Amino acid sequence: MTLAAAIFGRAAKALITLLLIVILNFFLIHAAPGDPAMVMAGEAGAADEQFIQQLREQFGLDQPLYVQFWNYVSGVLQLDLGYSYRQQMPVLDLILDRLPATLLLTLTAFGMSLLLGVVFGMAAAARQGKWGDSAITSMALLFYATPLFWVALMAVVLFSVKLGWFPAFGYGTVGADLSGFEMVLDRLRHLFLPALTLGLFFMAVYLRMTRSSVLEVSQMDFVKTARSKGLTEGTIRRRHILRNALLPVVTLAGLQAGQLVGGAVLTETVFAWPGIGRLMFESLTARDYNTLLGVFLVSAAMVIAFNIITDIVYRLIDPRI
Amino acid sequence: MRNLVTASLLTVAMGLPAAAQDSGGRLDIVLQPEPPSLMLGMVQNAPTQLVAGDIFESLLRYDTDLNPQPSLAKSWEISEDALTYTFKLHEDVKWHDGEPFTSADVVFAVDKLLRETNPRLRVSLEHVESITAPDDHTVVFQLKNPFGPFIGVFEAGTMPILPKHIYEGTDYLNNPANNTPIGTGPYKFNEWEKGNYIHLVKNEDYYLDDQPYLDEVYYRIIPDAASRAVAFENGEVDVLPGGSVENWDVKRLVEMDGVCSTGKGWEYFAPHAMAWMNNREGPTADKNFRKAVMYAMDREFVRDVIWNGFGKVATSPVSSKTNFYTDDTIMYDHNAEKAEEMLAASGYDGEEVRILPLPYGETWQRWAEAMKQNLDEVGINSTVVATDVAGWNQKQSDWDFDIAFTYLYQYGDPALGVSRSYLSSNIEKGSPWNNVAGYVNEEVDAMFDEAAVAATPEARQELYTKIQQQLVDDVPVAWLLEIEFPTIYRCEVKDLVTTAIGVNDGLRDAWIEQ
Repeated sequence: MTLAAAIFGRAAKALITLLLIVILNFFLIHAAPGDPAMVMAGEAGAADEQFIQQLREQFGLDQPLYVQFWNYVSGVLQLDLGYSYRQQMPVLDLILDRLPATLLLTLTAFGMSLLLGVVFGMAAAARQGKWGDSAITSMALLFYATPLFWVALMAVVLFSVKLGWFPAFGYGTVGADLSGFEMVLDRLRHLFLPALTLGLFFMAVYLRMTRSSVLEVSQMDFVKTARSKGLTEGTIRRRHILRNALLPVVTLAGLQAGQLVGGAVLTETVFAWPGIGRLMFESLTARDYNTLLGVFLVSAAMVIAFNIITDIVYRLIDPRI
Repeated sequence: MRNLVTASLLTVAMGLPAAAQDSGGRLDIVLQPEPPSLMLGMVQNAPTQLVAGDIFESLLRYDTDLNPQPSLAKSWEISEDALTYTFKLHEDVKWHDGEPFTSADVVFAVDKLLRETNPRLRVSLEHVESITAPDDHTVVFQLKNPFGPFIGVFEAGTMPILPKHIYEGTDYLNNPANNTPIGTGPYKFNEWEKGNYIHLVKNEDYYLDDQPYLDEVYYRIIPDAASRAVAFENGEVDVLPGGSVENWDVKRLVEMDGVCSTGKGWEYFAPHAMAWMNNREGPTADKNFRKAVMYAMDREFVRDVIWNGFGKVATSPVSSKTNFYTDDTIMYDHNAEKAEEMLAASGYDGEEVRILPLPYGETWQRWAEAMKQNLDEVGINSTVVATDVAGWNQKQSDWDFDIAFTYLYQYGDPALGVSRSYLSSNIEKGSPWNNVAGYVNEEVDAMFDEAAVAATPEARQELYTKIQQQLVDDVPVAWLLEIEFPTIYRCEVKDLVTTAIGVNDGLRDAWIEQ
């Protein structure tokens, strides 16, 4: 099968999966207690029947569920994610507004964790059983086992409150009116703590996986063959061991990459990072159905897209597949 | 003419120390949660009121003793028979888009727009016969009957004056201008970066000379309570409005150098924490059981430990900050013996009682746990139900609870903020803000109705005293605490809290010592 045909087949299946996800999400969300009108009325601190009725009409909740369902699905099929009545904005605009912040955070954390994880994992494997290996694996275990939330708070206490090196939260200095290089620098300073927090856990995961995978592959016959051919240790490691050892890491990275959009709720909340994860969480508590469904749809699309990309990367790393 | 207020004199008197106020500076205020909209009058959320109280104004403001003060109205008169309210408006007021503000805006906003969109004002407007504008700067409210609390409804959150030229003839709730609010207030809306901040800038054409003093205000959206505390410690924000950090952080922040705090600025709302007890079914349908709950609770412990000493034990359905409060009622102390006595009298058979906590953070969760412990001590079998905000609203609206935590605003007068929870005509499924407990007492109904329209304050006091005595004996709900939400701010910020709604409309007078 050619690459193009494979991608096409996957894409067709992906569309069907997406549609099923939309349908399932729609009914799951509507099964949760309360609706957006009730939440708005609750927050208002005063409400009568007329007020709640007005809200339901405004939100389109006065229509039977199957009508609401049809309206939503036919909208999605035309790439219209609907309107957030709570936020008075089209859902697509809301998501596109928040997407860059989330991607900046998660891609940085992702890239950092993958790079450091693989490098440290190989380093640990090369020193198997020595103190360097113990130091690296202990560190990995610590980051792996510590709750993200706690790491975030401790990072804030250390780097922001005590040392004052990095801002504790936010997406940039508010109202500073920076531009060009200064703006980039400001953004990077704000990015440091959340990206570190988010990246440490996955770094530990990649590190442990790379280490065990490298050790496993090193025992294999073709490595012995390569060694007996007289290849240098560095070449063996790069061309023979790493390439084979990376496959499970790529699988895992593909899984994590799928979560890039929705997977940073906690980090975005602690660091007041205006991303999609927070939008999703706030929409959930507010029962902002359209926004929530929109975020789910975009996240699901990302998961599927990254699965396809992972498959392509497999082929590049290992031509046998 | 009674109650004639020459407000221009007042304004002069208040303007006297003007020389001392510094102009300029930027204020950063914590905002949480992010409001759905800034369109006051259509959306009533607390964070909406916090921000939009600087953009929109009403005819009056209220000092911390709930006395009316001039705002868009420079003076007002109430006729001898308490039926005609005449307001004289400031003459040089402009909307933020430059259009002149006139009495036609007031008539439109109140009679047309808010009557349709604001449930809280709608209740008061039922007493109004007509709203007219004899000239461009005079508005007359003609009442059907005397309505004592009426002078208290001209507050920015209750009756924000919205521009006629933008809203007339449109679909109010979906008007695109809702996202770029245009008011008459001291600050103009500039920018809202969702999930990050809302930026307001000084209204240079404001009708009071030299005011406002600040150049710009940033409302910072910080979703995590611990991060909000850090933001204040780091100097990123200057003001923590009441309730923006967890109680256990308050003490530490207040003890920092250069930090001031005040419990004032909540008198209009007078948040009254209580627990609905289901009067319809289950153990709580029995009055003796409800009394047992009152005696079982250690509310002083809750105040001292869970609320870190802020607040006051609530002794009546009316807050001691609200008009017409009386302490001449039964007092429920923490008394396990009496609780057990009452419990025995109620014939309680050990049925499990479901406690629904308020899903507004750790403090409320702990409070529910403390109540459960108190109930355990006297032999009441209870469980704390897990919920989120939407579920909490739904369960109350469906009457699906035995005991449910809530807190309600009182709006300065029992007829506005108290009677709604006890009138039997106000029992209706589908809203968490009516007589949710399902209390029915015709005598109390009649007294509430009479008290709302009684002609003199003395007559009203007499009725409200009787009502409070009756209610405290019937305990339809468990009154918990008069909550206090301290506002924490840097001491350079002056005159931040001068009114009964505090930071909500406080930025008109606030200034930063340079």
